[in-house]
Amino acid sequence: MSRWLPRTYLTLVYLLLYVPIAVLVVFSFNDSRTGYEWGGLSLRWYEALFNNRAMVQAMWNSLWLALSAATVSTLIGALTALALHRYRFRGKQVLNGMLFIVMMSPEIVLAISLLGLFLMVGLQLGYVSLLLAHVTFCLPFVVITVMARLSGFDERLPEAARDLGASDFTMTRTVLIPVIMPALLAGWLLGFTLSLDDVVVSTFVSGPSYEILPLRIYSMVRVGLKPEVNALGTLLLVFSLVMLMLSQWILLRSKR
Amino acid sequence: MKQTLLSLSKLSKQFDDRKVLDSLDLEIFDGEFITLLGPSGCGKTTLLRMMAGFEHPDEGSITLGSQDLTHTPPEARPLNTVFQNYALFPHMSVFDNVAYGLKMENRPKPEIQQRVEEALAMVQLEDFAKRKPHQLSGGQQQRVAIARAVVKRPKMLLLDEPLSALDYKLRRTMQVELKRLQRELGITFVFVTHDQEEALSMSDRIVVLKDGLIQQLGTPREVYERPANLFTARFVGETNFFPGRVDALNDDGTIIVDVFGLKRRFRKPDFSVVEGQPLHVLLRPEDIRVLAPGDDDGVAGKVVERNYKGSTLDSVIHLTDGTEVLASEFFDEDDPTFDYRLGEPVRVSWVDGWEWLLPEEPAVVAEEETVDG
Amino acid sequence: MGNTLQQPFRTAVLVLVWGWLLLLVFTPNLLVVGASVMTRDPSTFISLPMNLDAYRQLLNPLYLDVFLHSLYMAAMTTLICLVIGYPFAWSLSKVARKNRLLLIFLLIVPFWTNSLVRTYALKLILATNGLLNNALMAMGIIDEPMQMLYTEGAVIIGLVYLLLPFMILPLYTVFEDLREDFLRASHDLGAGRWSTFIHVIVPLTLPGVLAGVMLVLLPAMGLFFVPDVLGGSRNLLVGNVIKNQFLDARNWPFGAAASIMLTLAMAFLMFAHRLSKRRIGEDGV
Repeated sequence: MSRWLPRTYLTLVYLLLYVPIAVLVVFSFNDSRTGYEWGGLSLRWYEALFNNRAMVQAMWNSLWLALSAATVSTLIGALTALALHRYRFRGKQVLNGMLFIVMMSPEIVLAISLLGLFLMVGLQLGYVSLLLAHVTFCLPFVVITVMARLSGFDERLPEAARDLGASDFTMTRTVLIPVIMPALLAGWLLGFTLSLDDVVVSTFVSGPSYEILPLRIYSMVRVGLKPEVNALGTLLLVFSLVMLMLSQWILLRSKR
Repeated sequence: MKQTLLSLSKLSKQFDDRKVLDSLDLEIFDGEFITLLGPSGCGKTTLLRMMAGFEHPDEGSITLGSQDLTHTPPEARPLNTVFQNYALFPHMSVFDNVAYGLKMENRPKPEIQQRVEEALAMVQLEDFAKRKPHQLSGGQQQRVAIARAVVKRPKMLLLDEPLSALDYKLRRTMQVELKRLQRELGITFVFVTHDQEEALSMSDRIVVLKDGLIQQLGTPREVYERPANLFTARFVGETNFFPGRVDALNDDGTIIVDVFGLKRRFRKPDFSVVEGQPLHVLLRPEDIRVLAPGDDDGVAGKVVERNYKGSTLDSVIHLTDGTEVLASEFFDEDDPTFDYRLGEPVRVSWVDGWEWLLPEEPAVVAEEETVDG
Repeated sequence: MGNTLQQPFRTAVLVLVWGWLLLLVFTPNLLVVGASVMTRDPSTFISLPMNLDAYRQLLNPLYLDVFLHSLYMAAMTTLICLVIGYPFAWSLSKVARKNRLLLIFLLIVPFWTNSLVRTYALKLILATNGLLNNALMAMGIIDEPMQMLYTEGAVIIGLVYLLLPFMILPLYTVFEDLREDFLRASHDLGAGRWSTFIHVIVPLTLPGVLAGVMLVLLPAMGLFFVPDVLGGSRNLLVGNVIKNQFLDARNWPFGAAASIMLTLAMAFLMFAHRLSKRRIGEDGV
């Protein structure tokens, strides 16, 4: 009993987690218009999806936003992690604490505070405001990922490089960056996914000039059922699954 | 006077095809300090955990007095354990850690208070009752772990390599401390270690284990001076193994053995010997005498290493046939011959009567060298 | 050695990071605090004079009801996540190491999947003529479809579904760190299963419980899209109120005050979490 009871329980919870996803995937191939009954296999919702110009535009917008937000946050996040790891400076604890608070605080609190800022400085809501916001909430996750990698590596490596005549900058470029490369990639993928997934912050800081995918989905699913969303959800699922496997593979490979 | 407290009978245990204990019998006497000694994987920890109730034997039984404990859960056994890394509850104060066992017995509060204070006084930690384990040093944590176990007044204390996490000096102090506690409390201690020095200095009896089998059971002196087999001889202390051959059997209970061409007269060993039989002559480094090259006793050799150890001077000597000999001599300021230099020729001998004979063990000998470092 | 390059590099990095955080985290939050004590203004959003009207408005029975209802749903969500997650994390920590990695991977896959899409997937199941109703009717358990969508229950189910991994992961961490020796020591000292659970397992896993509560309870008050998709207009979260005040009603002081309440709740939970870690001698983060 002590062996099969936990296993049955684990299986049951996993089932609950995956049934809705499975339903979504299955129904994305459903030919029926009502969305509840099975009407045979079909790719019509995928077709409808790609024929919807606004939808395709939102997809590209989202993709571009996620790419740029992930890249910027990885750059700044990596530098922050390096600074936190290597330098002693006043206010280090405060910096750490601020990053932690950004990570823990409810997204909606971040969202309204950024909205307030953008309106006050008169920034047009659109791509730039979205980018700034997304980078801000991705930042702590990148920092943590890189810090974890840095804390696991030999303190003497940078010292050895300096001892052999490398300047601090050269050492960072030739020793530290290669060491944290896997963490950079993993952090980038995490940032990319977080950005692509975000609804709460984007709702506040996006404007009509730049419509992104989650908001488009949001407006579609608030009322009734839209079979195209099944198809879109399936695509997103496959996409994030590939991204996740990629990042796990990178992390696992680097541990060897 | 020696009364059996715990008896283990025909204990066997297997983990995935590997026999950890093989039909093991052992009687533990009331009030003794007994040590389970062996290399890692010899089954000593499994054996201890079986006594505590964390493992269950596949076969065999454990009885305490007249009570069969084989299937009793750990919480119902009148034995307590001092864990390897102490396992002090990190969320409780020192006091609460020590009081835990008494609370589980639902003792009245005043009694708990008094007994915990006594136990802490016994390990000299009265002033640390309010601290948390992580605020204590390793040695102090060790004492708390002991107090927590003995406060329940167990019939027996099981100690699982309790000193392994401490540094050398602290380990020596704790050895003396443990010995004192055991005398004062009169509780049976079962002590697990892989450190032979620790075992020799603390135990009343030592159980030498290997591959789940008892290799030897005896007092430290017996185990050190009269090892039952090559494994025990190698594992406990350093030993020179000289190849010998029985030259003649005498009527007076002695035999003549040829060692490096020397004909030495030895007491007849416990095992049967025939003329021409090869055997091992065991000599501890401190039994070896290093003589001047002109001496007519002993075998010729050359000093290849000298290590000053404070009270002794240890040398490695290569005999002409290549055999390596370890010698450990006490300083004798007045002896002019004492100080040999590296590379200097010497002769090696020993005091007759200090040797120990063991028969050949073909399977083991094949894979090991004649002299073990 | 290298000092000529070290100083500018170091300075540049620190200026960039501090600049970003001060501009996009510190200042905006200060603005929110400021806005909460200002007066509502339809054209400029906020204006002088300063007052505590917004905080007073929080106590308005109309909103108080919504907040309490939101708190109730968040608490239920947290409780359900804890009840499901605690034994789940415990069981997970006992699975053989090789399989465990795969199981954890399976646990974070949903986390990487668009949460809005997953909420929508629940709608497929819970709708009046959705899968669950059809299945129950086919099995003869109910005769006519039950109203499942647009109920309080649907919101809670949605929140649990989205937030369960956030409860499980910190719990799993504490269970993985829970040394078998502590449990053995407890049994050795005479404690049975129940005593060991109460006196040893619960206190040692408490930091994980609190971390999980923090990661579930706060989002459970903020994820406004869950009620929007599953809950209808009567099951609102604090997040919905804040969103409405900022984007529709244009009452910034009130929205800001509500968001400050959320932040205070977070601060309180973080403090409790830190305290619980201190107790067992770990440094709180």
